[in-house]
Amino acid sequence: MKTLRQRYIRDRIMVSLLIISTIIVLLPLLIIIFYVFVNGISALSWDFFTQELGSPGRAMQGRPTGLVHTIIGTLVVDSLALIFAVPIGIGAGIMLSEFPDHRLNPTLRVMNDTLNGMPAVLKGLLAFVLIVKPMGTFSGIAGGVALAFVMLPIVARSTESALMSIPWSIREAGLAIGLPRWRVINSTIIPAARFGLVTGMLIAFARAAGEAAPLLFTSFGNNYLSNHWTGMIFGPVDTLPQRLYSLAISPYSHWHEMGWAAAIVLLGFVIFSFLVARIATRQKFYT
Amino acid sequence: MEPDIVRENNTLKQTTTEHNKSFTDESEIRMQTRNLSVHYGSAIGVQDVTLPVYNNKVTALIGPSGCGKTTYLRALNRMHDLTRGTIVSGEVLLDGKNIYDPSIDPVIIRRRVGMVFQKPTPFPTMSIFDNVVAGLKLVGIRNKNLLNDVNERALRQAALFDEVKDRLDKPATSLSGGQQQRLSIARALAVEPEVLLMDEPTSSLDPQSTNRIEELIHTLKEQVTIIIVTHNMQQAGRVSDQTAFFYVGNLVETGETKTIFTNPKESRTEDYISGRFG
Amino acid sequence: MGVYVRQKQLTKKFLSQPPSILYRWLGDKIFAAVIVVVGISIIALAFSMALVLFGEGSQAIYKFGFFGFLTGSTWDPSVQLKFGALPFLLGTAITSVGALMLSFFPAIAIAIFTAEYAPLWLSRIIDNLINLIAAVPSVVVGIWGIFVFAPWMRDTAYMPVYQWTSEHFPSLLPVLGNPIGYGMSTATIVLALMIVPFTTALTRDAINRVPVAQREAAWALGATRWEVIRLGVLPYARGGILAGSILSFGRAIGETMAVAMLIGNKNTLPFSIMGPAATMPSVIINEFREAVENIHLSSLMAVGFILFVISLIINIFAAYLSRKFSISGGQSI
Repeated sequence: MKTLRQRYIRDRIMVSLLIISTIIVLLPLLIIIFYVFVNGISALSWDFFTQELGSPGRAMQGRPTGLVHTIIGTLVVDSLALIFAVPIGIGAGIMLSEFPDHRLNPTLRVMNDTLNGMPAVLKGLLAFVLIVKPMGTFSGIAGGVALAFVMLPIVARSTESALMSIPWSIREAGLAIGLPRWRVINSTIIPAARFGLVTGMLIAFARAAGEAAPLLFTSFGNNYLSNHWTGMIFGPVDTLPQRLYSLAISPYSHWHEMGWAAAIVLLGFVIFSFLVARIATRQKFYT
Repeated sequence: MEPDIVRENNTLKQTTTEHNKSFTDESEIRMQTRNLSVHYGSAIGVQDVTLPVYNNKVTALIGPSGCGKTTYLRALNRMHDLTRGTIVSGEVLLDGKNIYDPSIDPVIIRRRVGMVFQKPTPFPTMSIFDNVVAGLKLVGIRNKNLLNDVNERALRQAALFDEVKDRLDKPATSLSGGQQQRLSIARALAVEPEVLLMDEPTSSLDPQSTNRIEELIHTLKEQVTIIIVTHNMQQAGRVSDQTAFFYVGNLVETGETKTIFTNPKESRTEDYISGRFG
Repeated sequence: MGVYVRQKQLTKKFLSQPPSILYRWLGDKIFAAVIVVVGISIIALAFSMALVLFGEGSQAIYKFGFFGFLTGSTWDPSVQLKFGALPFLLGTAITSVGALMLSFFPAIAIAIFTAEYAPLWLSRIIDNLINLIAAVPSVVVGIWGIFVFAPWMRDTAYMPVYQWTSEHFPSLLPVLGNPIGYGMSTATIVLALMIVPFTTALTRDAINRVPVAQREAAWALGATRWEVIRLGVLPYARGGILAGSILSFGRAIGETMAVAMLIGNKNTLPFSIMGPAATMPSVIINEFREAVENIHLSSLMAVGFILFVISLIINIFAAYLSRKFSISGGQSI
């Protein structure tokens, strides 16, 4: 027989344990963000946004270096990835939500989840074999494809849930007056779900933008800014996550500092996308 | 089914003749609310309800849905403590003591005032036996014999023992809906509450199971004081001694069930009972 | 509400000038065809991943034999050109299992604390923090690990432990390994930190799916807060929690960059607790760009194929678990 007092003591002990574990885990995670901010901000400079990296010697001799080519390259590769992933992802989402009785539907769901669960590094290997090998060179387009593989299943699933949130009766109302199915989907369902769709894209984008592993063997990296924009698409191009990795494992202390700067820019970029996604979601309730 | 109903009507007749004189004069008040109001944020759930509940009697709370019956019921064992932003004011007296007094522990109150919900709520991962004695195991009772005794007593009280005695170690979810609801009642009875709150206990059940539970209420009131929320006026008429009619958060009228059903004072009560609205 | 207005306008327009049957029929056919092609392309992508990885890795798998490759403990890309994936299999297994064990209880604790105990404002803050932390890219965690965490661990934990052991139990030193800071234990701890937000989010979802009735039933029995969690919440949510932690385990297995930056990268067995090691993703990251020999590339692809198969099994297992343990409405199990 336990007294009420004993039961409350047990309750208190459990709460304390829960609070302690919460702190133990949250603290180091906050420390990570804190270090990135402190070291990153002190390493940021005007040069960082206007100069290209060049050889290690350039930094050691004190000449201005920066990651302008990396930032531009990231925007190019990420945009390419969005261009590849969004139409296909939304199409697959429409299949998942609007054609529940289609024969392909269950298979597509399983395969999409499988793809989503695969480590990003394998998606990089796939893009290497499918794009880099036939082209014979590392390229921005291969990096875009690799990141698109990361985005695709996320876009598909979020499109599905955004479309599913539109009541089924609206579709039936459209079909009942003899509207063709594709008009119902294109003209009423998709516009109604637009904020959900945008949120899904942004989340997929934020997830992919932080990935370094698929880019290492697709867009490869480049210490210089290409002379022509085609070089960014058809030749090796620098991206923030991959450059951050290279800088961090390099033996040069100048580059380590630049790595912190790259880290805060990348983190800011990713968190910004998430915040915009959150705001877009909230917007949904006001329309 | 036919014989059941006949038998039940007979019992009802007997009870009513037994209590032909108003029981409110002679019975002891077990629980009562004084000016009880419940607010959700700015919305009012229940306003200013003063209602006595008599010992070993069944009190039925009736009224259209959304009129605060359930809200009122949940105030009686402090279930509102768990909903953020709900404010309870006024007094709920259990044996003369206010259960909302700061010195009173809601955990003790909930042991003395048990509750059965609309839908059966067996703990899905536990056996039938473990479900029944869950409340006892909480307080650390491990004595096998004692648990067995309590298990049998509670299941018998809930008229379930004969149906499940051979499969006490089976999962509670293997029972039918009606059996699960009686299991929930047995679990509430196992800790020997003084008052049992029932929130539309038959609303998710078929007529036959409903019948069994109504019979059960009849026999149970020998041991516990019962307050039951029901949508079903016939049910209120069949099982209760006292009826309270709620309308938009207010207690419109209360009195002996017989009187309320045959000779209500308020016109709204009469309209509701005669089926003109609700 | 915009939907209904739009629908009304469309209806009006449509009724005033109904399009031909051909237009409707053809439109639907074309639309469905496009969608089907898109769907097939995703299915094809998933299959091509398996095929490509196996195809590219087949040279190594044929040369060393499937089980020979799995159990071979020599990975020598420079002299013998002999490849076996055992070190990386072990490295991945040890780091991920370790990370799961380290993170399991704290991650669930956060979920329980925010869902059941914390006041609303605090649980909102913690939830948002967890979401924020989940968004931090792996490389960013990696750079913190390289320059802050690993040196700190070396100075405050590894060196003292190493010195103490060398004085008292010198025979244990090989098990402990080199206290350089970059190695198995550092990678495991960081990995554990990285999967916490994931496990917490999935656990939180599982807890939020517990019906209110279950909680209230426990409350009504006169349970204290912790007893309600034990009686009404955790049993109901256990399937979701289990499936969630399996998925987190899958995450840990595939986690690449931070591990590659912190594990020290040593391709030969035996591994030690504090000393360097390698995992399947880390060896791919570290060697793929520099691999010149065909058999080396093929071996890395074969490692990728094994990683694919393991991830596949884990995902299927998690899906199976969440289906097996899902409890519908308290009526059946």
